[in-house]
Amino acid sequence: MSLPIDTLITLLKDGLLESLYMTIVSTIIAYVIGIPLGIIVFVTDTGGILKNKPVNFIFGVIINMIRSVPFLILLVAMLPVTRAIVGTTIGSTATIVPLVAAAAPFVARMVESSLKEVSPGVIEAAKAMGASPIQIITRVLLPEAKPSLTVGFTIAISTILGYSAMAGFVGGGGLGAIAINYGYYRYKTDIMLITVALLIVIVQIFQTVGMFAANKIDKRTNN
Amino acid sequence: MIKLEHVSKEFETRGKKKIDAVNDVSLTINSGEIFGIIGFSGAGKSTLVRCINLLEHPTKGKVFLNDVELTAASAKELRQERRSIGMIFQQFNLLAQKTCIDNITFPLIISGVPKKEAIERAKELLELVDLSDKAKAYPEQLSGGQKQRVAIARALATYPEVLLCDEATSALDPITTRSILALLKKINEELRVTIVVITHEMRVVEQICDRVAVMSDGFIKEVGTVKDIFLNPKSDTARKLILPERNRIEKGKRTDILRLAFDGQSSYEPIISELTLESGACVNILGANTEDIGGKAYGQMLIELPEDKEAVKKIKAFLDKKQIHYEEGGNADVTTD
Repeated sequence: MSLPIDTLITLLKDGLLESLYMTIVSTIIAYVIGIPLGIIVFVTDTGGILKNKPVNFIFGVIINMIRSVPFLILLVAMLPVTRAIVGTTIGSTATIVPLVAAAAPFVARMVESSLKEVSPGVIEAAKAMGASPIQIITRVLLPEAKPSLTVGFTIAISTILGYSAMAGFVGGGGLGAIAINYGYYRYKTDIMLITVALLIVIVQIFQTVGMFAANKIDKRTNN
Repeated sequence: MIKLEHVSKEFETRGKKKIDAVNDVSLTINSGEIFGIIGFSGAGKSTLVRCINLLEHPTKGKVFLNDVELTAASAKELRQERRSIGMIFQQFNLLAQKTCIDNITFPLIISGVPKKEAIERAKELLELVDLSDKAKAYPEQLSGGQKQRVAIARALATYPEVLLCDEATSALDPITTRSILALLKKINEELRVTIVVITHEMRVVEQICDRVAVMSDGFIKEVGTVKDIFLNPKSDTARKLILPERNRIEKGKRTDILRLAFDGQSSYEPIISELTLESGACVNILGANTEDIGGKAYGQMLIELPEDKEAVKKIKAFLDKKQIHYEEGGNADVTTD
C-alpha cells in the first residue's frame, strides 16, 4: 500500500461519509424540486388532466436545456451560483448545489415517465367519479405510480452518486475527490481502485434495496 | 332522466383531418330504464357515452341530467354532478395499488365522506356484489368478473342515479357476462338506478335492455324497444348486428331467404321439423343464433326457401299460425344506410 493503513482507512471512511452526505442530501432536494416539476410536465401535456401547452413547453425546454449541459461543464458554470448560496465553491456542501441543479430535471423526467405508466383508464375513472385534478394527482397518480417511482429513485440516487464523484475534479469532496487526487494526480492506482470498488458496492446496495422495496410495494405482483 | 340535444363530437387527428365521432345525436333516456347503445367498433358509442358525463366535452349540443345542463356547468359543479353518474369500463380501471375496499371507498373519500362511514358503505356494497370475502384483496388477485363487480360497487358508492357501462362485459366470458348482466338488472330493479349499456353484442341488449339505440358512423340509426328492433330492424346496421351471418349471405345475392325471429316461444317445440312436415318441402338452415332462456327460445334463424311457390306459401302460413315473426331476407329489402 502506498499509504499507512490507518491513514488510508480514515481517508476512505471520511470520503465515503462525504459521498453519502452529498448524494443523499442532493437526492432529497432534487426530489423536492423534481416531483412537482415532473407532475407539471405530465399533467399539462396533451391529453393531460390540466392540459396547458405554453406551460408544458416552457418547463419542457428548461428541463431539456439543463439536461443537455454535460455535468462537468454545469459544475464549472454554476460556480458563481454556488458561491452565492453556500459562500464557498469547495467541499461537499458546495457540491450539493450543482448536483441538485443537474439532478432535479433528471428526476423530473423520471417522475414524468413513472406517471405515464399509470393506466389512462384509471385516471378517466377517477375523473368520472368527480375527482378534482389535485385529488387525481395525490390520490391516483402518485399512489398508483409508487412502485415505478421507487425504481426511478433507485436509478436517480445511483446516478447522483456518480455525479458526486465527478465533483471531485473541481474541489468537491467524497470518494470521487480521493480517486482523482490520489489516483489521477499522484498515480496511486491502488487507492483509485479501492474507491472505485467502494462506489460499485454502494451502487449495488442502492440497487438491491431499491428493487426489493419496489417489488414489496407493488400490489400487482402476488407476493 | 338524461337528455342529449343535437350532440356532436369532433376529433382532430394528427393529419389535421377532422373526424365526427358523434353526429347530431338527440336522445332521451328515461329514469329507471336500462337503455342500450349498440353498434360496431368505431361507431362512436364510447364517445357518446363519455359525452353524458362529459369525459368528452361535446363540440356542439347540450347534455342534461334531470334539469341540470351539464354542458353549461362549471368544473366544480360538474364534479359534483358526476357523483350522481357512476361509470364502469371494459378494462375495469380499478386502482391496482389499493385493496377492494379502498377502491370502493375512494369516490366517497374524495367527496369528503368520513372514513368510518365510507367503510360501512363499502361493506354494504361488497355484500351487494357478493364479494364480502374479498375486501382486503388487491385487484390483481381477482378474476375478471370479480374485478367488474368491485368496479360496480365502486360506481354505486355515491348513490348515483345513473350507471354508465362502457362495454362492461366485453372482456368477460359468456357465463361471467351473464352473471354481471344479472347483477346490473338487479341493481336497476332494486336500487332504481338508470343504466346505460354500451355494447357491440346483441345478446347483451336482449338480456337486459328495455330500449336500444342503434349507432353507426356517429349517427343514431334507430331507437326503439328491444323487441321492436329485434323483430323489425329498419336500419342495415341493426340487421347486421342482429345476425352477422346474414352479411355473408347477402353478398351472394340471395333472394329466397327467410329470417325467423324467436322472442319467447316455447323452446320445447320442434318448429323446423314441424315446418317441413307441414309444407312437405325441405328447408336449408343457413345460420342460427338461438338461446334457451328459461324454456323460452330467443334468437333467430336464417332459412333458405324451396323454389316451389306453394310450399313457400305453406311455410309462411305455418309460421303465422305459430306466431313466429319472419322477414324476407335478401337484397330486395336491404336498405342502404
